[in-house]
Amino acid sequence: MPPKKVQIQVEEKEDDTEESSSEEEEEEEEEEDKLPRRESMRPKRKRTRDVISEDDPPPEPEDEETKKAREKERRKKLMRGAEDDDEIDEAELERLKAELDEQRLMIATVKCKPWKMEKKIEVLKEAKQFVNENEGALGKGKGKKWFAFKMMMAKKWVKFLRDFENFKAACVPWENKIKAIESQFGSSVASYFLFLRWMYGVNMVLFILTFSLVMLPEYLWGLPYGTIPRKTVPRAEEDSAANFGVLYDFNGLAQYSVLFYGYYNNQRTIGVLNFRLPLSYFLVGLACIGYSFLVVLKAMTQNIGDDGGDDNTFNFSWKVFTSWDFLIGNPETADNKFNSITMNFKEAILEERAGEIEENVHLIRFLRFLANFFVFLTLAASGYLIFWAVKRSQEFAQQDPDTLGWWEKNEMNMVMSLLGMFCPTLFDLFAELEDYHPLIALKWLLGRIFALLLGNLYVFILALMDEIYNKIEEEKLVKANITLWEANMIKAYNSSVTGNGTAAPFFVHPADVPRGPCWETMVGQEFVRLTVSDVLTTYVTILVGDFLRACFVRFCNYCWCWDLEYGYPSYTEFDISGNVLALIFNQGMIWMGSFFAPSLPGINILRLYVSMYFQGWAVMCCNVPEARVFKSSKGNTFYLGMLLLILFLSTMPVLYMIVCLPPSFDCGPFSGKNRMFEVIGETLEHDFPSWMAMVLRQLSNPALMLAVALVMVLTIYYLNATAKGQKAANLDLKKKMKQQALENKLRNKKMAAARAAAAAGGQLS
Amino acid sequence: MGNKQTVFTHEQLEAYQDNPFRQRIAQVFSEDGDGHMTLDNFLDMFSVMSEMAPRDLKAYYAFKIYDFNEDDYICMWDLEQTVTKLTRGELSAEEVSLVCEKVLDEADGDHDGRLSLDDFQNMILRAPDFLSTFHIRI
Repeated sequence: MPPKKVQIQVEEKEDDTEESSSEEEEEEEEEEDKLPRRESMRPKRKRTRDVISEDDPPPEPEDEETKKAREKERRKKLMRGAEDDDEIDEAELERLKAELDEQRLMIATVKCKPWKMEKKIEVLKEAKQFVNENEGALGKGKGKKWFAFKMMMAKKWVKFLRDFENFKAACVPWENKIKAIESQFGSSVASYFLFLRWMYGVNMVLFILTFSLVMLPEYLWGLPYGTIPRKTVPRAEEDSAANFGVLYDFNGLAQYSVLFYGYYNNQRTIGVLNFRLPLSYFLVGLACIGYSFLVVLKAMTQNIGDDGGDDNTFNFSWKVFTSWDFLIGNPETADNKFNSITMNFKEAILEERAGEIEENVHLIRFLRFLANFFVFLTLAASGYLIFWAVKRSQEFAQQDPDTLGWWEKNEMNMVMSLLGMFCPTLFDLFAELEDYHPLIALKWLLGRIFALLLGNLYVFILALMDEIYNKIEEEKLVKANITLWEANMIKAYNSSVTGNGTAAPFFVHPADVPRGPCWETMVGQEFVRLTVSDVLTTYVTILVGDFLRACFVRFCNYCWCWDLEYGYPSYTEFDISGNVLALIFNQGMIWMGSFFAPSLPGINILRLYVSMYFQGWAVMCCNVPEARVFKSSKGNTFYLGMLLLILFLSTMPVLYMIVCLPPSFDCGPFSGKNRMFEVIGETLEHDFPSWMAMVLRQLSNPALMLAVALVMVLTIYYLNATAKGQKAANLDLKKKMKQQALENKLRNKKMAAARAAAAAGGQLS
Repeated sequence: MGNKQTVFTHEQLEAYQDNPFRQRIAQVFSEDGDGHMTLDNFLDMFSVMSEMAPRDLKAYYAFKIYDFNEDDYICMWDLEQTVTKLTRGELSAEEVSLVCEKVLDEADGDHDGRLSLDDFQNMILRAPDFLSTFHIRI
């Protein structure tokens, strides 16, 4: 900038009444008076207006014209308003902006700086003061007021967000309970309870969706119980409708209520507000699935970043610096932790010193093959058992309910639950043959239990599909029967009218109308029954397996030959993987069944709530911390991955049923339609303007769909290729860094050796 | 915690008496390095050990905790102290020194026989367990 301009600026600023610049000057002065330590935080800047270079020629004297012109300009500026000064001083503005940004960054990150609290508070105070005073200066021209308003709203918004975060943190339940468990058992057991709490949150959202948008509207505005055939208990079942046994099976009154699909009427709109129930039912079903996918994916991607790289570079360092768990607050757990750390070190030292021990490879391979063979047999046997149980339950359904005992009625659910309970123990037994390192053995065990539960679930679904097809066949017969029945009724009514002459209204009590079979309600009932029996099995197992065993060990120890506490039965350890898998599979069943039984998320919420307290009590009361503490660092991602897989596998059957099977003709919100998703088309025709319907019809053109699918496939391929390329580049960089580090080490060693040699040489000479 | 106390001694952190590094934690976070903490120090400690603290902040303080002689480097003696405290003296002296040598071998980048803050941070930030173990829940 020419020196003349500099001089002009200095003059003008002196006369200026602009607040911000004067404050800025003050700020500058203040800063210079501050303690020296603040200097290091901010870069030293030179203000160009203060620097008048000595090399520049002295300013020329102004002649009258230019002086008058300048004065005129200045007066104009003063009239327009002080803000316009910013237009001249672009560089100053830039500097101010940079400074403000820096201060804002400081405010945002001061919590993460490794300073003492006093220093942090002071820095924060100064930064906030600076920002407050100088923010207004950034406003340009006439928009200053609007800019200030925007700033104020932004600040209020930030404050609101902060308060909301605090509120959310205060609302998180069971924090103390989890803390107590964590301090006694360490972070691995507590991770199960954290997972349980997270599931509770997800289910709460599903429950709110289904309750408020499906169950409540039907209950408030739909036709009440008893008015139409689908909402009434049939005459034949009326006597036993309120029995506990019947209700426990979710038949009778429970079946003809908002809890199940069959109760809902297919009226397009209900109530004063014209609430579109069938549409809402369909969309809530899809929204539940969509929300679950989103939330699980989000949880998975949060954990991906934490993945460590290779495990071997810093083996000992990590063992030394990260093996102590700071969460432990219980002497016994601490003892266990110390022991396991010591053992860990000893093992690592052994590995370091000794080479590989050659074992009998062939024997081991044979044993492992044998173990896998047994496992396969077990899986096949359990699959067949379930199929057989489902077939038997179909037979029982044909018989008179009163002749069946409790076992026959609940056989299938009990079989599934018992299999889930005993097979893992069998797997554990077979794993003895294999002789793997505990971590690898754990992975195999988890994989096998997963295969078992998955197989069971799918056999169950297949059997269910069988029944559904049977019911759909039955529907055709029932439809024919109903037309016959109606014809008979009309004939009887006509004859009665002609006979008497008085026109008695044609009335048939809803309970007497013959019903079509409702396969959706049956599916919903099956899932609800399965969930309930699973819950009961779990709780009974805990009571008997953990609590009674603990009581036995504790009290019979006094009069027993060997020490029960350290010897055979002893106290149970908390089985993390088994419990997590059980939780995941239960959730899979909820996802499958909630479209057909809107009450299922509600039942699950109740179950998770009780589980939290019950298992929390059981773990503190009857279990002991694991003696051998090891955990796979990628455990959390593994469980979330399984959850995602189960979610995917659970929604497949539901989507298949929605898209391919015809809904029952006289129950549920989609009765009368050819397919369930037709409700969308119907809504588009009636409720949206016609041009929109036409546009959407054009959009659902198969050619367009194909094009979209093709674009998606190409995008996936491209993203995959990019990700692979980046991973390869990443590995390359890591290798380079390792090489560099090695080279540095060698070089330093040489230098150190050279120095030592020089010193020794110096000493000698 | 106490009734209207402004200075907390490390004995009052009863729940963590089994922590082998309890004295070091108190020393690092206390006002004068003598183990007595004011409310501000207390807040500092929980802020660093909380779930939300960023990795480098935790790494910085972990370095200070493991630096027993407070010379801004983790030297051989510091490492020996750490390992002994971790195993409660169950390892023999030979094993302890082997472990310490291995650690220096792995993590010492400039090979000066001790870990500087950079070496330590470089090593600890890649550890998968670090965030979950260096954490106290309130």
